Amino acid sequence: MRLLALILLLLTAGVAQATLPSEKLSDPALEARAEAIGRQLRCVVCQNQSIDDSDAALAHDLRVIVRERLTAGDTDRQAMDYIVARYGNFVLLKPPFEAATLALWLGPLAVLLAGGIGVGLYLSRRRTAAAEPKALDADEQARLDALLNEGDK
Amino acid sequence: MKRLIFILPVVLFAGLAIFFAVGLRRDPSKLPSVLIDRPLPALTLAGVRPGDAGFASAAVRGEPALVNVFASWCLPCRVEHPLLMRLRQEGVALYGIDWKDKPADGAAYLDEMGNPYRGVGNDESGRAGIELGITGVPETFVVDRKGVIRYKHVGPIMPQDWDDTLKPLLDTLRAEA
Repeated sequence: MRLLALILLLLTAGVAQATLPSEKLSDPALEARAEAIGRQLRCVVCQNQSIDDSDAALAHDLRVIVRERLTAGDTDRQAMDYIVARYGNFVLLKPPFEAATLALWLGPLAVLLAGGIGVGLYLSRRRTAAAEPKALDADEQARLDALLNEGDK
Repeated sequence: MKRLIFILPVVLFAGLAIFFAVGLRRDPSKLPSVLIDRPLPALTLAGVRPGDAGFASAAVRGEPALVNVFASWCLPCRVEHPLLMRLRQEGVALYGIDWKDKPADGAAYLDEMGNPYRGVGNDESGRAGIELGITGVPETFVVDRKGVIRYKHVGPIMPQDWDDTLKPLLDTLRAEA
């Protein structure tokens, strides 16, 4: 019985939202678009939550505004641009791919590549060293012979 | 060549260290304003008391001014208020926006603390705040004589901020054509 309750709880946990029932639009298609947009906008007060998840008053205001813009006929892009025009690119949870954010997007990949090349070079150098032992020069050959002869005695 | 490769991780680390040393010292709650060098959004707000003149962006012109967004429920606003009263006495043009506040509460706040503003409007819905990119109060915009936003100060204006940043900026803007 407890297992059933736990399963039910876990199943519903994923849909937690801060959007109040009074905010939701009556048109389900518009409401779905508004929620999708809301998931991509950062709550600038809480900063690590989207406006759909945040309980902050400002998040509420922004959710209402997104719904108003969609009801007025804006496309998803236009509604997001409206908010970005006032708060900047920081409000997008997925930063745009432009010159200023190039380092942000490509940085991890670049570091991974650099590390990968480093490891590759290291491994290949070890492999070549192991495959071709250096030939002994005259001095070393003499020492080796002396040691071997010593062992035979 | 080998030495160069050994030095590379150290150089990369030094680069990252500088990057983080600068970046992590910044305060993430102080968002840079997108409105810098753009005109003050056209806003018209009713006054906190019926019959008051209110706030109109069109009036913020002719001389460099400060547009201060505050609220009666905001504690840091009370902290910066005496400075604002002093600035008014010194002749600085101050305009106020009472953000997400009931007009009656805003009026009571000004009655209690004094009114340093040439014009103050009430923004109960918070829409004017969103036009300005406000994330909290107090925030203050420095607007030049042509009505263009030149600087945004997040948080209360402390005497240090006035002396070091805002006053020199206003002086520069006054000297502008």
